Amino acid sequence: MMALRDNGPLLEVEGLTQKYGHQIGCEDVHFSLYPGEVLGIVGESGSGKSTLLRCASGLMQPTAGTVRFDTRVDGLQDIYALSEAERRMLMRTDWGIIFQNARDGLRMNVSAGANVGERLMAVGERHYGSIRDVSSEWLEKVEMDLGRMDDLPRTFSGGMQQRLQIARNLVTKPRLVFMDEPTSGLDVSVQARLLDLVRGLVRQLGIACIIVTHDLGVVRLLSDRLMVMRRGRVVEQGLTDQVLDDPQHAYTQLLVSSILPV
Amino acid sequence: MTMTDNNQNHGQDMIRVESLMKSFTLHNQGGVTLPVLEDVSFTVAQGECVILAGQSGAGKSTLLRSLYANYLPQSGQVLIRHDGELVDLVSAAPHVVLDIRARTLGYVSQFLRVIPRVGTLDLVADSLLARGINEVAAREKAATLLSRLRIPESLWSLPPATFSGGEQQRVNIAMTLVQDYPVLLLDEPTASLDAENRQTVVDLINEARQNGSAIVGIFHDQAVREAVGTRTYELQPARSAA
Repeated sequence: MMALRDNGPLLEVEGLTQKYGHQIGCEDVHFSLYPGEVLGIVGESGSGKSTLLRCASGLMQPTAGTVRFDTRVDGLQDIYALSEAERRMLMRTDWGIIFQNARDGLRMNVSAGANVGERLMAVGERHYGSIRDVSSEWLEKVEMDLGRMDDLPRTFSGGMQQRLQIARNLVTKPRLVFMDEPTSGLDVSVQARLLDLVRGLVRQLGIACIIVTHDLGVVRLLSDRLMVMRRGRVVEQGLTDQVLDDPQHAYTQLLVSSILPV
Repeated sequence: MTMTDNNQNHGQDMIRVESLMKSFTLHNQGGVTLPVLEDVSFTVAQGECVILAGQSGAGKSTLLRSLYANYLPQSGQVLIRHDGELVDLVSAAPHVVLDIRARTLGYVSQFLRVIPRVGTLDLVADSLLARGINEVAAREKAATLLSRLRIPESLWSLPPATFSGGEQQRVNIAMTLVQDYPVLLLDEPTASLDAENRQTVVDLINEARQNGSAIVGIFHDQAVREAVGTRTYELQPARSAA
């Protein structure tokens, strides 16, 4: 079923700033994400979008600002005020993170099935048979050949590795998934298939999603809302189609007009 | 602010546009500003179909896109009745606009823009599934509409990318009309259709209106305008940039 939209936000980011010495990673970023919403973050390399994603997803404590998540038990909580153990539990259960490079998100020296099963075990599932059943069900959902379940991910193609990462992350039915350039480095036909898959799963499960990409085509298809970053700051944000069809900021206008027509 | 009362009162006001202004500033072309809409105000009630008229460049498409929050006006309001309340699209939070688009406000654009690789029937059923309608009912409703629009069943499993212009336009119409939106915005939905299909689309629009939808549309074909319109709203070209 579709997540209800009139509930409060799932994630609330306020005044988020990350500095690397004198360098600004990202500065004074604000946004709220509602259940089931897909937010795209675009900008050129070095614009701070990956820094923002790392800070918002609990991987890197920001210099300033807060990231609050609507936890199942206690409501909105500042994730960096939680204990390390609580934050890890949150990341294992309610969150998923899909990395650009599958090697950062997968364990390359254990089988595909174990990569998926491992996350189930992390949330307390102990029965081998049911772990294997649920794992294979998820491998099928991401269109993986079950004959490859016991193979190591390093024998897989880039597209298969990305699909395995998706299965590994979604198996615990998270409410929020972060994706960092999930389709770059894949060839176009594989990209389209992955996008279609991600979109279908996000829709079916009502998952909220934050996708960082430099590909405006990807956000046009996947995201409801869009943030445009430049030099660490958000220069424009709004509905995806509004930002792309009626960009207000000079930089967004340049970005949109630079797309090569096919 | 004066609100013109509706003479043919079919029901509640569904769209209320107040003092809408829209211009485009082209930052990468010397910052030139093009005014398009100046002080546009009108209302549309349930059961009305308002035709936007005016010469080319008068801002018909800009107005229609502003009514969908696809374009961002500089000032004024676009009030849409959603769950019984008038909500201003210009100032509403994105998740509110998305909810209005999901349940109240439908838009048929001139061009089909869809995810590659997804079959036609799935595309048409998609918005129903997103609202939680069960798969069997959603696909059945999509199939009925596609048949009515004469998309051959043999094409339903195929993505529409390779379809003819007219077929793509009919898929586009089906994707919106599969829902019974209380407010419908139509941008030239009959532009590349033959007479028979044009008549089907005219019938669908009239049925939606008779079922209480409030409709605003751009139609270049005079016969279509006469067949679907209940009223015309004439746009004057904005004065040129200062």
